[in-house]
Amino acid sequence: MERMLERSMPQQVRNENYLVIAHIYTATAAIALGAVFGVFQGFSRAGALNAPVWFDYYRILTMHGVLMALVFTTFFITGLSLFVTYRSIPRPRKLALAWFGWWLMLAGTAMAAVTIVMGDATVLYTFYAPLKASPWFYVGATLLVLGTWVVAFEIFENVYFFRKANSGKAVPLVVYCSAATFVMWIVATLGVVAEMGLLIPWAFGWTPGINVMLTRMFFWYFGHPLVYFWIMGAYIIWYNIIPTRYGGNVFSDGLVRLTFIMLILLSTPVGIHHQFMEPGISPMWKMLHTITTYGVAIPSFITAFAIFASFELYAIKQGRRGFIGTVKALPWNDPTFSGAALGMLLFILGGFGGLVNASYSMDTVVHNTIWIVGHFHVTVGGPVALTFLGAAYWLIPRLTGRALWKPDWALFQTRLWFFGMLIMSISMHYAGLLGAPRRTANVDYLGAAAAQTWQPYMLLAAVGGLFLFLSIAIFVAVAVGTLVQNQKTEPFAADFATPASAADTTPPLLQHLFRWGVVALGLAVLAYAGPLGELLRHPGYLAPGMRTW
Amino acid sequence: MHVHKYERWWLTFGVAMLIVFLGVIVFAAIADNINPPTGMTQIDPTKVAQTPPFDKPGLRKLPDGSYEAYYVAQVFSFAPASVTIPIGSKVTFFVTSPDVVHGFFIPDTDINMMAVPGWVNTDSHTFTRAGEYLLICHEYCGIGHQNMFAKIEVR
Repeated sequence: MERMLERSMPQQVRNENYLVIAHIYTATAAIALGAVFGVFQGFSRAGALNAPVWFDYYRILTMHGVLMALVFTTFFITGLSLFVTYRSIPRPRKLALAWFGWWLMLAGTAMAAVTIVMGDATVLYTFYAPLKASPWFYVGATLLVLGTWVVAFEIFENVYFFRKANSGKAVPLVVYCSAATFVMWIVATLGVVAEMGLLIPWAFGWTPGINVMLTRMFFWYFGHPLVYFWIMGAYIIWYNIIPTRYGGNVFSDGLVRLTFIMLILLSTPVGIHHQFMEPGISPMWKMLHTITTYGVAIPSFITAFAIFASFELYAIKQGRRGFIGTVKALPWNDPTFSGAALGMLLFILGGFGGLVNASYSMDTVVHNTIWIVGHFHVTVGGPVALTFLGAAYWLIPRLTGRALWKPDWALFQTRLWFFGMLIMSISMHYAGLLGAPRRTANVDYLGAAAAQTWQPYMLLAAVGGLFLFLSIAIFVAVAVGTLVQNQKTEPFAADFATPASAADTTPPLLQHLFRWGVVALGLAVLAYAGPLGELLRHPGYLAPGMRTW
Repeated sequence: MHVHKYERWWLTFGVAMLIVFLGVIVFAAIADNINPPTGMTQIDPTKVAQTPPFDKPGLRKLPDGSYEAYYVAQVFSFAPASVTIPIGSKVTFFVTSPDVVHGFFIPDTDINMMAVPGWVNTDSHTFTRAGEYLLICHEYCGIGHQNMFAKIEVR
């Protein structure tokens, strides 16, 4: 490992970089494996391949979902957040606690992965009760979450240190964004920890049955803000790193902070929009969560404006005008910029699709069809994953002090991902409108006439998936190649974007992240008191649960 | 904190758009009674086979000419496996599960529900087009999930 990092790197930076490398390369391993399962799944579902008996379709699907949605994203965001915090607040520090967090996350991931591979946890990444997995699957998932709490503590401790050392001055924007992401994450993960409090004793056989609707409500209390955890990870990059790729600025410091506070507040009280089609929750609560979900679109509107405004301000400085002028001024050949910008284009699709899904009765048309899968591949799989892959090309040289191996491959990778995702996602959206269900090994239904229209789109989606798989193969080659191959040195300093106007100061009200976290918890309690109380007022039959795979 | 003039316009436009969308949904819910399915009846999941009317799943004709259809969604089939409905009939579906969570989805109709153990979910649909409809489970329920479907014949 010593030889991997550039020699001139100071010891302190070197020590911190090892930790971040551990996070980022765990994420890389997760997306690499996840892509193998993903491409297999696409062709299996299209009827072109058959999953082997010893590793059935649903085990593949569970692995793909867990690795991509839970492991890749989480490790990338923890690694990125630690990196920006360490670089922005340089100080001598002990890393034992932070390493403990990583080990906890890794141990949890390994534990869950083993149960899935053994076929003891074919419950998909939503692990809906009363499907009853091995208790160690739930314990592993809990450890992964607890590990992220340790990372969160490490980031908060640095924020606390900075504010104390600088007599209450606002923390650097990039650290603020990262800390805000983890404030939101703590509020959100309380839900999944509560759910685990029900699932673990039940899976061990200590309790006779489980209240299914209660577990689902706890799950989605966590499940939707999980989505925003991913998106906030991408926003950290869009606001703070992307402008440095073209020499631009943050459009407005205060608005970024406001955006992140809105995300802290509004990410959680929205989860019931995943439960519109379920019994036991009154229409009144379903409507309430429709309204709050609409609210969480607003910080994304602000982001859309601020990012494009930053592009245009830069173009104007270059003496270019108008839409075409702005597009021409941007560094499309930079892999980091390309990943984020193409991700933003995919997010236009993802954002509007999301409004459809959240729209109460309109969700009837698309709920649990493959439209939903198309949707989250142009949200977490588009803007988030593509931004992360692009950002990895920025991070890895700064972690290793080595120039990126094959930057032209990296650029091609982001473009291949974009086109692959467009093909796959649009096919899935369309097949979903025709009625094709999600999470189903094959959708032939013994040749039923209604199912015949879906098949061509399944094949098209699989072809898109193949592009994505190849794209990941290139990503892994570049990421690993940079570690082992290149001897050329790069500066390992990291710059973050600064506000366009020096007069742009942070209102004191926006500085107190933790207080906003408490307000967020209060909002979540308000949004859930009604539906949760309603569930608890019903006798709550317990389901014994079973293994159906 | 300074908010740019264009940004204020953009946000006003965005929020106005959200209010219009929301208005449409609320109007549809109140004026046309277009709501997602919400069954509030409970049932002991361990005694579904003994609890009427789910002890005899199937189609019942009501005096007003409409129908009620009682379905049990279980690993990996629906009971009844096939029903025939006269064209133009309004059918109110009731579904529950004795084991794990299932889906209850009829493509090309408005019927899209979750069947949750412990609860009876319900929604209705008027079949105006003749043909064979698929009723499929669209929530993963186990190794045979892809085989879990039933037929609805409308004629």
